[in-house]
Amino acid sequence: MTAMTMDDTGLSTGDARSHALVHARVMLRRNLRHMQRYPSLTLMVTLMPLVFLLLFVYVFGGTLGSGLGSGMPAGLHGGRAAYADYVAPAIILMAVAAAAQGTAIGVAQDMTEGIIARFRTMAVARSSVLTGHVVGATIQTLIGVVVVTAAAVAVGFRPHANAAEWLAAFGVILLLTFAVTWLCVGLGLSAKSVETASNSPMFLILLPFLGSGFVPTSSLPAGLRWFAEYQPFTPVNETLRGLLTGTKIGDNLVITIAWCVGVAVLSYAWSRRLYEREPKAR
Amino acid sequence: MNTLTSATAATTAGASISARGLRKSFGEKTVLDGIDLTVPQGTILALLGPNGAGKTTAVHLLTTYLRPDAGEIRIAGHDPAENPQAVRRSIGVTGQFSAVDGYLTGRENLILMADLHLLPKDVGRRKAKELLERFELTEAGDKPASTYSGGMKRKLDLAMTLVGNPKVIFLDEPTTGLDPRSRRTMWDIIRGLVAEGTTILLTTQYLDEADQLAHRVAVLDGGRIVAEGTPAELKARIPGGHIELAFADRAELDAAAMVLAVTGRDDDALTLQLAGDGRVSTLQTLLRQLEDASVKVEALTVHTPDLDDVFFALTGKKGA
Repeated sequence: MTAMTMDDTGLSTGDARSHALVHARVMLRRNLRHMQRYPSLTLMVTLMPLVFLLLFVYVFGGTLGSGLGSGMPAGLHGGRAAYADYVAPAIILMAVAAAAQGTAIGVAQDMTEGIIARFRTMAVARSSVLTGHVVGATIQTLIGVVVVTAAAVAVGFRPHANAAEWLAAFGVILLLTFAVTWLCVGLGLSAKSVETASNSPMFLILLPFLGSGFVPTSSLPAGLRWFAEYQPFTPVNETLRGLLTGTKIGDNLVITIAWCVGVAVLSYAWSRRLYEREPKAR
Repeated sequence: MNTLTSATAATTAGASISARGLRKSFGEKTVLDGIDLTVPQGTILALLGPNGAGKTTAVHLLTTYLRPDAGEIRIAGHDPAENPQAVRRSIGVTGQFSAVDGYLTGRENLILMADLHLLPKDVGRRKAKELLERFELTEAGDKPASTYSGGMKRKLDLAMTLVGNPKVIFLDEPTTGLDPRSRRTMWDIIRGLVAEGTTILLTTQYLDEADQLAHRVAVLDGGRIVAEGTPAELKARIPGGHIELAFADRAELDAAAMVLAVTGRDDDALTLQLAGDGRVSTLQTLLRQLEDASVKVEALTVHTPDLDDVFFALTGKKGA
């Protein structure tokens, strides 16, 4: 056995760490049960990207597809089928953003429950409540992503990625999910009401529109184009599109990783601080 | 090392509550202005006070939910400022606002607590079953807690507190909003816990509740303890009691007021109040006087001093 050091809990650090793991698992189970008992939130956040998918492929897809520049690689210009390929990665990102909005709502709602106050007076690892939310939200998001991807394939999306590229795409989605989920946990914790928590992550759903997700950035007016090229969703979108449909990735993967890790780390620190601050008297 | 044994060892070291000079302000508002409290092991202290007296804040400070601005606290021998987790392992808290998970069933709520206390799965399940039975919640055990009535939620809340076998329990207004029957049940449960050696601090705005349950009562008003003692000691601070006479009409009331040493009268309610010392002879004299004056009395009530009188005398405010 390794030497044991005691921390402030009077337990060895090894014990405290394993308790934190057990507690996180208990909290995750609690969150999954909430999703199961209250499926309307999950349904709502999955339905939204589906509606956008159908809208963009069937309503705008014919025209937008024809307008995709000749600068696009072979097979990615012309018609609805081409546009389905073009827009699918953006819809997947939107599914991640929409699920994150659900997380903000879920966290804000949970914080109004008396049971959170109870956890604060119990010998429960502080991080476990948030970890439970994040892992639960990640599972929920991945389910949404699978549903949306399957729907995209059903309406004409034809990814031609090999196993390694699929795996990399999954990794990128997971990384993005982690980043926006922690961000939304922070938004949910900082919100004064559940309504605020449901509105503040809206920008995450708008951002894919103001990037390369729906039209090539080259078609945008100068100011907007500058924004579109530098906002975080564009490199994520380009990376995902490259992995799934074979467009050029370039340095987008590195930029994606930098953005996601940066947002995740900052949001994690912010959320921890928000959760550990002294609660307001009720 | 097993956590259960370590938790037990920590609490048997001295299962009591003590606080010295506890202070807490929220912004400009001073909620607790230096209070001292001591609860010996195996006894109940009732923290009695009106709304806004600082009862809940006191509980929040003692249970590590909030940090005091000043003051020293020891819970079961542990200092929450130094070692909050050790305090948390020794205590159980049932707050004023129901701290149950509405999406989970009663049973799942109890199992959630058992899991967080790291009880083995079968022990947790058995414990949940026992507590549901003890609190007469078996029938509702598999329904979501959000469908429970106020009284059922309170019982579930307390049952959840008991899952970890805490040696020190804090109950913040445990019977507020309960119907009389649920209130009795709650009282019986609380008495049972103390009989097992649990130390309890409860807050209440009901004077009869403090009178019924507590070994000692601390009266909190405006962030200060204005009186402390056994219910009997506090009652002794209010000498005597009073006798109330009710009359059928104004004429009878006037006639009685003429012959008696009246200390208070209410013309609307047609009642008179007289000083009473609780002696039978005083009562006999009074009845003879009324008979001599041929005054007809509708009703006579002997009012012995209760905590209501104490509360009124100490704070100048009428109790709940």
